[in-house]
Amino acid sequence: MSQNTMQVMHARDMQKTSGRQKISKALSLAGVYLFLLIMAAIVLFPFYWMIISSLKSLAEYRLSPPTFWPTQVLISNYADAFTTASLGVLFKNTMIVGVVSTLLSLVITIFTAFAFARLEFKGKELLFAALLATMMIPGELFTITNFATVTNLGWRNTYTVLIVPFLVSVFYIYLLRQNFLQIPNELYLAAKVDGTSDMKYLWKVMVPLALPTLISITILKMMGAWNSYIWPRLVANDEAHRLITNGLRNAFTDTTGDVNYPVQMAAVALVSAPLFLVFVFLRKYIMSGVSRSGIKG
Amino acid sequence: MKIVLQNLTKIFPSRNKKSNEEVIAVNNFNFEIPDGKLIGLLGPSGCGKSTTLYMISGLQKPSSGKIFFGNDDVTELSTENRGIGLVFQNYALYPHLTVKQNILFPLQNLKGKDKLDKDTMLKRAYEAAKLVQIEQLLDRKPSELSGGQQQRVAIARALVKMPRVLLLDEPLSNLDARLRLQTREEIRRIQKETGITTVFVTHDQEEAMSISDMIVVMKTGLVQQIGKPQDVYDDPANLFVAKFLGTPPINVFNGRVKNGTLYIGSDAVMNIQPVPDQEVIIGIRPEGFVLSENGALKCKPVNVEVMGRDVSIVSTHDASANPFVRSIINADNKVDVTTDFVRYDIKPHKIFIFNKETEERIYFEVK
Repeated sequence: MSQNTMQVMHARDMQKTSGRQKISKALSLAGVYLFLLIMAAIVLFPFYWMIISSLKSLAEYRLSPPTFWPTQVLISNYADAFTTASLGVLFKNTMIVGVVSTLLSLVITIFTAFAFARLEFKGKELLFAALLATMMIPGELFTITNFATVTNLGWRNTYTVLIVPFLVSVFYIYLLRQNFLQIPNELYLAAKVDGTSDMKYLWKVMVPLALPTLISITILKMMGAWNSYIWPRLVANDEAHRLITNGLRNAFTDTTGDVNYPVQMAAVALVSAPLFLVFVFLRKYIMSGVSRSGIKG
Repeated sequence: MKIVLQNLTKIFPSRNKKSNEEVIAVNNFNFEIPDGKLIGLLGPSGCGKSTTLYMISGLQKPSSGKIFFGNDDVTELSTENRGIGLVFQNYALYPHLTVKQNILFPLQNLKGKDKLDKDTMLKRAYEAAKLVQIEQLLDRKPSELSGGQQQRVAIARALVKMPRVLLLDEPLSNLDARLRLQTREEIRRIQKETGITTVFVTHDQEEAMSISDMIVVMKTGLVQQIGKPQDVYDDPANLFVAKFLGTPPINVFNGRVKNGTLYIGSDAVMNIQPVPDQEVIIGIRPEGFVLSENGALKCKPVNVEVMGRDVSIVSTHDASANPFVRSIINADNKVDVTTDFVRYDIKPHKIFIFNKETEERIYFEVK
């Protein structure tokens, strides 16, 4: 056999295997997409159900078997939801608590993380270890003691009680401290040569460099405020300070004990919308925050 | 601005709580750095050269001793008030700021009577950028620059305040070989142009010798020798300095002086005076060997490395402290490595002898 025909045969062999490879590759890709489609359907179904339910009349909602598309689309449910639940007040309360607690929490986290990352003081390691140790205690245990404390302080049914107990987050401090520690020491020395104080260095160099982490913390904290349920229900369930989750729970039960589910669903859809938008636009930061917490938390 | 270091000492407390061993990083350093010169602080790692630089910068406080800039005692002065520019080994540029903002940063932090208006700041920043030839990079982020360009930005940032003293910490060690040559010329040019007294730290003797007006050789916190690069090379004060300077390094032999004759092993290489009989350490620069049929030093050749203009003869000798003796001779000489011996005469000004215990230089005259 000449060398030439050898080469041709070899090439044909190659083609055959690459053809087979192509097919198996396409199949596995199809499998992956099918799996993703099914998972997406499972995840999205509750949202779909929320939306169509929010557009049904109460009578249609109670039909069995349920309809998968409302026979009569009732946009008015949304207007009803807004008025019956006084969503405006709930939104306002939640925003106040969310924004104030996030801002204060950021300031506290930045300063604490800076102290643990940059400053030298006696007992630093011990103090930090003690702080970390508090992370081992389940949050439910705090609820009981916190409840006793705020009751003694007379803080029930105020904004203060919704904001103050959660201002210090050991986990965020830890996250930011690790981030600060990664900033090379030479940068600090360079800034010293360039005439900055510690404070100025913190705000002009460290904070901008840790911005992705700070954005993650902000988003997670805001979402936490938006989603919080048990604590607000325990300590501030009066009309004036009620937060959105509790508002949704209570507002749609009429005098007979019936719940107007389509209107409640409309309210839920309205309340979810901001979170949904936050997630769509700031997905990158939430993911990096979560994955960071996954690695280091 | 001349810099005077007076009995400068830095002692670090022991890190280990159990042992009380202190580390003397810099031990009683006395030196007057003349105005407008480029000084290279040279030594192996851990010799205290960076600590000295940091003490001049004010980032570290001396344990004792004083530092003067001109006639001002700056020992107690904080870093930002000393009027220094410092370039770090890894450049330490602010990664979130553009090149322009990096250069402006020191100016924006000026306080009180030194405060500048915006236009002056921009003008100064442009001047600094122009000096290091990075005008076209002003809007880039540090991550978009090459190592050499980052280095220039760091120098511009150090110069923009018009410092009295420029300090460079291993400025070339993060650059590749070609860029290193180029950048060291550049540093020399900038220093000449600005006339700022400059101190730079390096462990690379070639780098230090090539651009410094004066070099300071340090070892374990102690100054070994200070002088012009050529003088220190030609006239080392002790074995350490002789070994540290020069590529390829100096050849070291064990030898002795007996009745005015210097012996390497059993080879009587030259007659010297006035040195009393004793065991000595002998150093011969690679370029100090001369091929000679009746030469006194007999070495067994192993290999000849051709370097173009020169050849390097690798050989062995029983009294050598290193595995091989390396000589550099003109390529016109034909060397046959298959012979049993090569014989050398030694150039008298390329051979140094040192006390066996103290390793200090013993001076002699050739008889």
